[in-house]
Amino acid sequence: MEHNVEYYIKTPLKKDEILKLKAGDTVYISGEIFTARDEAHIRAIEYMEERKQLPVEFNRGVVYHCGPLMKKKNDEWKAVSAGPTTSARMNKLMPKILERVEVIGTIGKGGMSDEVMKALKGKGVYFAYTGGAGALAAQKIKKVKGLYWEDLGMPEAVWVFEVENFGPLIVGIDAHGNSLYAEIDRKIEENYRRIVGN
Amino acid sequence: MVEYEEVVSAIHKLFFKAETQLGEDVIEVIKKAYEKEDNPVARRNLEAILRNIDSAGKLKVPMCQDTGIPVVFVELGRELCLDFDLKDAISEGVRKATKEIPLRPNAVHPLTRKNPGTNTGLHVPLISLDLVEGDELKLTVMPKGAGSENVSALKMMLPSQVESIPKFVVEVVKNAKGKPCPPIFLGIGIGSTFDGAAKLAKKALLRDVRQMDEFERKIMDMANELGIGPMGLGGRTTVLGAYVELGFCHTASLPVAVNIQCWANRKASTVLR
Repeated sequence: MEHNVEYYIKTPLKKDEILKLKAGDTVYISGEIFTARDEAHIRAIEYMEERKQLPVEFNRGVVYHCGPLMKKKNDEWKAVSAGPTTSARMNKLMPKILERVEVIGTIGKGGMSDEVMKALKGKGVYFAYTGGAGALAAQKIKKVKGLYWEDLGMPEAVWVFEVENFGPLIVGIDAHGNSLYAEIDRKIEENYRRIVGN
Repeated sequence: MVEYEEVVSAIHKLFFKAETQLGEDVIEVIKKAYEKEDNPVARRNLEAILRNIDSAGKLKVPMCQDTGIPVVFVELGRELCLDFDLKDAISEGVRKATKEIPLRPNAVHPLTRKNPGTNTGLHVPLISLDLVEGDELKLTVMPKGAGSENVSALKMMLPSQVESIPKFVVEVVKNAKGKPCPPIFLGIGIGSTFDGAAKLAKKALLRDVRQMDEFERKIMDMANELGIGPMGLGGRTTVLGAYVELGFCHTASLPVAVNIQCWANRKASTVLR
């Protein structure tokens, strides 16, 4: 697999741009992205089911699995440290959101399930970002453009960030059913059986 | 004589240090792993980690947004007399650190998930007390992130399964895959009781990460053959170190606990007199 194609993309996302990305490519994103973890996913799904107006647009948007560390200075929020959180916690929640959008991007760490991979087909990609690189990520956040569902607490609230060349992100799962994780997981299982000797 | 305010201020400073800079031992092993790694995606991730450590130190901000749950180890010299509530002083230090560094408020009620915003609450901060010789108070903080804590595991093995301990550890690492932000460190507690093994595992993570014996290296090498790699995207760098703490156990027991620690092996200590 080639890992050397680099793309610079802007939000809101365009379908053709998302469809051309392949697992292993490197991407930098500019524009608006918003954070959502477990609690925000649960509430967003509730809103979708009850047809209530959401504060952010998932369709053509980029969801960042992140619970940032924020600081308020002179009445303005600033991201202090804002790396990705473990995406697998959202494995059961993501597909419910995916069925209601045309095109979407998700940034996180650690990969997502086969179920999510299938739900992403033809409409979305999963970007892997370096876990724990919070100070580095915060430097790419130029402005905090919104804060919603603050009652969920700082890590679980929805934060809207304006970012510039956010990355390097690696396409972990593309819109064509290719997942770097699925491939590596097979190898890990094989290696494991060899190590434990059965 | 150690005063209340000294403890508050020491805890605040220790969290600041632990959150913004890693020990030279930790940085050294990450750098060595980067030099040895030949997988391009793995190298890109390790490079981002090293650049991030550098940025956090220069900008004096927490290296990871998950500033952890506050874990504090206390070694209290038996000749030292404290005329204040040490637990309260440590909690106050955590509250101060949370507000001023700042730290992300992570501690929530386990059922209602309500977040008081202070990183303190029922049994938080976690404090382990050790009584030692002398007249000193040694404080060690370890902010522990959830990504790695969530995939830690404990097994009550059988006394006849001593030989299978490394296999169990490898199984825990295999199941964790990319979730704990590899490359990782492994704190392994063998023996003691159900709760005691977990405590030993956490304590093992306090060690200088360059110091390992043959058994520990064997476990590390076995786990690295899994090929999980940095962030679970493949590569030779999965485990940067394995550290075992032993405790005597019941003749009918063999508790084994594996506490996983992400690359951000954050800790800081100070001694007060």
